[in-house]
Amino acid sequence: MKPARFDYVRADSLAEVHDVLAAECGEAAVIAGGQSLVPLLSMRMARPKVVLDIMRIPELAGISLDGDTIRVGAAVRQAELLAWSQLKARQPLLALTLPWVGHAQTRARGTVCGSVALADPSAEIPLTLLALRGEVELSTKAGRRRVAAEDFFQGLMSTARADDELIEAIRFPCGRPGEGHAFREFARRHGDFAIVACAAVADGKGVRLAVGGVADRPVARTFAGLGGSMLGQALDAFAHELEAREDLHATAAYRRELVRQLGRQVIEEARRCRA
Amino acid sequence: MTAETGPWLGQSIERVEDVALLSGRGRYFDDLGVRPGTLQAAILRSPHAHAVIKSIDVTAARAAPGVVAVLTGGEVTALSVSLVVGVRAPIQCWPIAVDRVRYVGEPVAVVVAADRYLAEDALELIEVEYDALPAVIDPTAALDSKVLLHDGLKSNVASDRSFRYGDPEAAFASAAHRIAVDIHYPRNSCTPIETYGVVAEYEPGDDSYDVLANFMGPFSLHPVMARSLKVPVNRFRLRTPPDSGGSFGVKQGVFPYVVLIALAARIAGRPVKWVEDRLEHLAASVSATNRVTRLEAAVERDGRITALAYDQIDDVGAHIRAPEPATLYRMLGNLTGAYDIRHMSVRNRVVLTNKTPSGLNRGFGGPQVYYALERLMQRIAVELKHDPLDVIRRNLVPANAFPYRTASGGLLDSGDYPAAVEMAVNDGGLSELRARRDRAHLEGRLYGIGFTAVVEPSVSNMGYVTAVLTADERRKAGPKNGAQATATVAIDPGGGVSVHIASVPQGQGHRTVAAQIAADALGLKPQDIRVISDFDSARDAWSIASGNYSSRFAAAVGGAIHIAAMRIKDKLARGAAAQLNVPADQVEFTGGRARARGNPDNAVPFARLAAASHWAPGTLPEDAHALRETVFWTPPQLTPPTDTDEINASLCHGFIFDFCGVEVDRTTGAVRIDKYVTMHDCGRVLHPGMVAGQITGGFAHALGAAVYEEFAYSPEGAFLSGTFADYLVPTPTEVPAPVILHMETPSPFTPLGAKGVAEGNCMSTPACIANAVADALGIAEIDLPLSPKRLAPFLHKPEPKP
Repeated sequence: MKPARFDYVRADSLAEVHDVLAAECGEAAVIAGGQSLVPLLSMRMARPKVVLDIMRIPELAGISLDGDTIRVGAAVRQAELLAWSQLKARQPLLALTLPWVGHAQTRARGTVCGSVALADPSAEIPLTLLALRGEVELSTKAGRRRVAAEDFFQGLMSTARADDELIEAIRFPCGRPGEGHAFREFARRHGDFAIVACAAVADGKGVRLAVGGVADRPVARTFAGLGGSMLGQALDAFAHELEAREDLHATAAYRRELVRQLGRQVIEEARRCRA
Repeated sequence: MTAETGPWLGQSIERVEDVALLSGRGRYFDDLGVRPGTLQAAILRSPHAHAVIKSIDVTAARAAPGVVAVLTGGEVTALSVSLVVGVRAPIQCWPIAVDRVRYVGEPVAVVVAADRYLAEDALELIEVEYDALPAVIDPTAALDSKVLLHDGLKSNVASDRSFRYGDPEAAFASAAHRIAVDIHYPRNSCTPIETYGVVAEYEPGDDSYDVLANFMGPFSLHPVMARSLKVPVNRFRLRTPPDSGGSFGVKQGVFPYVVLIALAARIAGRPVKWVEDRLEHLAASVSATNRVTRLEAAVERDGRITALAYDQIDDVGAHIRAPEPATLYRMLGNLTGAYDIRHMSVRNRVVLTNKTPSGLNRGFGGPQVYYALERLMQRIAVELKHDPLDVIRRNLVPANAFPYRTASGGLLDSGDYPAAVEMAVNDGGLSELRARRDRAHLEGRLYGIGFTAVVEPSVSNMGYVTAVLTADERRKAGPKNGAQATATVAIDPGGGVSVHIASVPQGQGHRTVAAQIAADALGLKPQDIRVISDFDSARDAWSIASGNYSSRFAAAVGGAIHIAAMRIKDKLARGAAAQLNVPADQVEFTGGRARARGNPDNAVPFARLAAASHWAPGTLPEDAHALRETVFWTPPQLTPPTDTDEINASLCHGFIFDFCGVEVDRTTGAVRIDKYVTMHDCGRVLHPGMVAGQITGGFAHALGAAVYEEFAYSPEGAFLSGTFADYLVPTPTEVPAPVILHMETPSPFTPLGAKGVAEGNCMSTPACIANAVADALGIAEIDLPLSPKRLAPFLHKPEPKP
């Protein structure tokens, strides 16, 4: 379990990051907290030519408010966001989901954007970004763009990021008055990736339910004003649309049943929170 | 807690080990320096469950930067002989694949290079051409499969023995009821945080090997390794590091790698070091056996069992690696558990499948037996509509029956099982637990209560595994029995006391308890005693029974320390007698002094008395020279198997009675332990804190086995639990603290009255939790682990069509 040979570049500026990413044509791997990349390197499942460290670039540090948006830079660790004094007031759903990300030890190293970059279908941060209709800020030497979470996550560990693009930040919309939030997940052990995770945001128009751990990416659906058996039928249809995965720990049918049950629980809870 | 005065045994004094361990100064295998020029090894492993190796091309690897040597099966077979196989069958067991791979992770080639990175780079250059064969994974299917693992056998059954004790046929014929369980016990392991490590060197001048490895014993494997390396035992020097990052039996399985890395060092001409990584460890270190059991009982109307019939198929994986098939035979004398059952039939089959070879693991053989026996007890209660606790009570060995000879030859040394059960029921709060269950049921929650009673064997008889042979075969092979424990107590020229033990501690705190024992014998303080426990086969006193297994330290090694210290004391007393002008039997040792009984002022300091044998031996009678005492102690109760296959496989037998309340989540199927009570009688308790630690740790391992952990294989033989993301070890968040209760009935067979205690919950807890879950869900058949995936079919309605 030793990595294959690679070059290590510690970038001092965004320009240097963009240069290296452009020059290496997909052969460079960005390292931030290293919580996923280092094991992949050690198991030789990732074999980049260059490992590009972005943690010392000043522009990537820090959490800021940009109007009604929380902007989290690429060098912000999960623990830092969780400890941010305005977290619960600005976005209650993030305050609910972040404690479920890994363990205190992994949150102390892992970054918020790193989790989005990896795009594990069971991870809480991509799920939250999707539930809240957040965005991903990408940049290259040539310019920058914003991609909606809905479009960013494209499949199992697969995203809309091009090889020469850096995730500079992600943007979570702030909570609005009259919204209700709820989150539940089931994992075998505390801190494990979820078998099924459900996040819900209720507002005047309905409830948006995002589900992780089931499909090859987090998936969200809005349920407008449904209740009782109508909601049950809609959840059942949603559960089947997700093309649930099978693995050692859960069957597809098990995952669908948890979507039906946990989904209803968080929808009802989000509505109650709103009221 | 720091105690002020003795006697020290029975007090939870501070562990002498902890200052170093807690301040980062532990000396684990990988912390120790190596000789300059030492090379590093990496191992290429089979991706196939079963395949013929058509060719291996190592040309490019040999030419790679930094590479000094590459070994494959050819090099290994040229320089060594097969490891001994523990059954009478024409099969071999090599530490590396020879012509064929038989499990995922089996070593195929070893690269020796300047560092581990270069060695792993070179592994990628080895080209192996495999011809994949069908694999056999299910042990029942393996019985008559066309897929054969070893050409020397006509089937995959390496051993098939039947045993008969009492008159089981008559008991079954006249029984009011026959009740049976069918069990598929899964594979799991105790996954120590420190993996295997070996550094080996070959000295061509005298054809000898010198090895440092985190091997834990049993040292019956020392001659096995020496034989495989084709050197006499005295030319195979094996040393162990001072500290261990845990073993729980698993470090026994490093021994094939000792042979492999020793051969690599010989070929490389330089010392070679290898540290196993976690992926290697999970795939290919060692596993407990999985077992298929059908257990049937002949039962009277009141729930009293008159006979048992076992049919056990133990899956040892791809090779019968020593000391297997010991997993199956450790329990032969204890198959009736805590119960007074006089008639029994047993069929034991050892089967080979395309899985990692099995070996020692906390509980060794107990979990598999007790899961079947204690599930059966619950089924008897359910089917006959009795209280499960009453069925247990009705069958317990009675209080006045000790020492009690079991039907199959086990000798239960001491205990009062009915009293222990009643104490646990009262002090553990069973009636409150039942009230909690009733409230949960009223609220519509799924809540159940489980019980288990088990006998925990400790201090293994080195002859028990010969019960796999017939009496005729045993006669030809010569008898094997006993369990030589050893300890040395030495006096230095300053009058200080050192204790040397060959128990190879794996984190338990042997040095602390050894100091307590010697301090009590000599009237000193534990901090006055220096205990050395790193082991060197070339210098230390040892026997094949040495090492750290079968919970033997407190009972056997502790006893040997006590005897050695008492011999020193008797000699010192004779020396003191002359100085104090009293008879030797009137000399007492206390407070760091030897003094005349009844006249405390007539005294001499211990250190001056003790140093006299160094400085002024001429002043002492010859029988008072107290310099060094080495004791070998083996209990007479550990006799070889009889001609009718009765075997007392263990010296001591503790008793455990557990009950628990669990809730199953209706949505997720998650199992929550609401309360767990575990009552132990492990004889005399030497250090209560360590006993609590052992029970808590054993409980955590057992909870893992019960709910989370499984080495899973696909039917085709793919290994599915290759990382800790798939092999789920419970963390502190998942492990509630059990309520621990004690009673003490000292063993009459051990010098200090102590018995083993470390393994019992691995035997009792999985069955207890499963009984509670079965009670909660009202189901008859349930296998481990109790995962949501396994429980969901009992909870979720059939899925509506989309």
